[in-house]
Amino acid sequence: MNKQKTAQDAIAAIKDGMTLMVGGFLGVGSPETLISALIEKGCKDLTLICNDTGFPDRGVGRLVVNNMVKRVYTSHIGTNPESGERMNDGRMEVILTPQGTLAEQVRAAGAGLGGVITPTGIGTVVELGKQILEIDGVKFLVEKPLKADYALIAAEWVDEKGNCIYDKAARNFNPLMAMAAECVVVEAHEIVELGALDPNNIHTPHIFVDAIVKEV
Amino acid sequence: MDKNQIREVIAKRVAMEFKDGDLVNLGIGLPTEVANYVSDSIEVIFQSENGFIGMGTAPEKGAEIRNLVNAGSMPVTILPGAVFFDSAMSFAIIRGGHLDYTVLGALQVDARGNLANWMIPGKKVPGMGGAMDLVTGAKKVIVAMEHTAKGEVKIFESCTLPLTAAGAVDMIVTEMGVMIVTDQGLMLTEYHPEFTIEEIQAATGCKLLISEALRTMQSA
Repeated sequence: MNKQKTAQDAIAAIKDGMTLMVGGFLGVGSPETLISALIEKGCKDLTLICNDTGFPDRGVGRLVVNNMVKRVYTSHIGTNPESGERMNDGRMEVILTPQGTLAEQVRAAGAGLGGVITPTGIGTVVELGKQILEIDGVKFLVEKPLKADYALIAAEWVDEKGNCIYDKAARNFNPLMAMAAECVVVEAHEIVELGALDPNNIHTPHIFVDAIVKEV
Repeated sequence: MDKNQIREVIAKRVAMEFKDGDLVNLGIGLPTEVANYVSDSIEVIFQSENGFIGMGTAPEKGAEIRNLVNAGSMPVTILPGAVFFDSAMSFAIIRGGHLDYTVLGALQVDARGNLANWMIPGKKVPGMGGAMDLVTGAKKVIVAMEHTAKGEVKIFESCTLPLTAAGAVDMIVTEMGVMIVTDQGLMLTEYHPEFTIEEIQAATGCKLLISEALRTMQSA
């Protein structure tokens, strides 16, 4: 099964209104080639799930400034002034979520769990409208899993089957998102031959990956 | 004290809290400077919540390494023994009680250890990032900040801004002194000799309890 595709082919079936997860932490570990292809193709009313909304010219922030996003689940929008403006004038709904909760919501979806039970957010506005459980005398919030139609992720080394190894701080949300979407497209900094990666050191097993695109 | 002296007194004092082997997360801004004052006689491991432990200092200009930045997107280095991981692991470390200290700034902090540092409704809403998990999960939470914001009180009886976490703060270090959160309220344990107790109380929005063991600030 050949998973290698052009960026255009890999994202061709992304439609208006779909939910997308995009990897990266302030642009580090973001699939810039896939983001560029998506901007070129054009898409609107997307729901994004991402750690932060990057910068106007870097990372997932480029989808925001190109008017493609209607809703975003994220932990931080402070580095992209466009996100704040769009939140304030109502063009974009922003669901601010503690970073550790967001990571576990994505992981829970990928792992088949019904949600996350976390102490983070208790006693703050984050708990509003959510179920609170008391376990052994301690209060926890119930946070639902987050899944997506597509995950667009970035990895450093990807073999021909789709096994992924991430580089340094570029790992962040990428391996979690690889488990939590119907269709997972990985942008590879380098595509290597099958057998070139040590099976002991793979971060994302190939079964999660649907398409491989070479970073340009 | 000028701005730089204020920052040094605060950062130096916070660094004195750490013990050999402690795992510490430093927030952006003033808290980052704490790393410069850790004693050479102990090893403190710094975590960066974007996914590693064993963070070192900033690299020389031109020696930046691709994909190696801190949680504020600034280039950093790693020390031998460093480990990279994903965001779920990073926050398992934070939330799971494996982090000895988190040091952060504050917009407001109060006598019950409530902390507000992530938004000003209608004005500035950057988001909480990892701050809520950090203050909820770290074994000890230290707020490192200037005592007032251009003369405006920052330490209150009760925070008025949306909280980052309730009752999570253990210690507040400012250029005026060190305060700890107790069941009875905020207790001054150290003071900077440039200020009188009356001056410190006047710059504080809640009644300060005075420790019986009150002493001069160790970094003064």
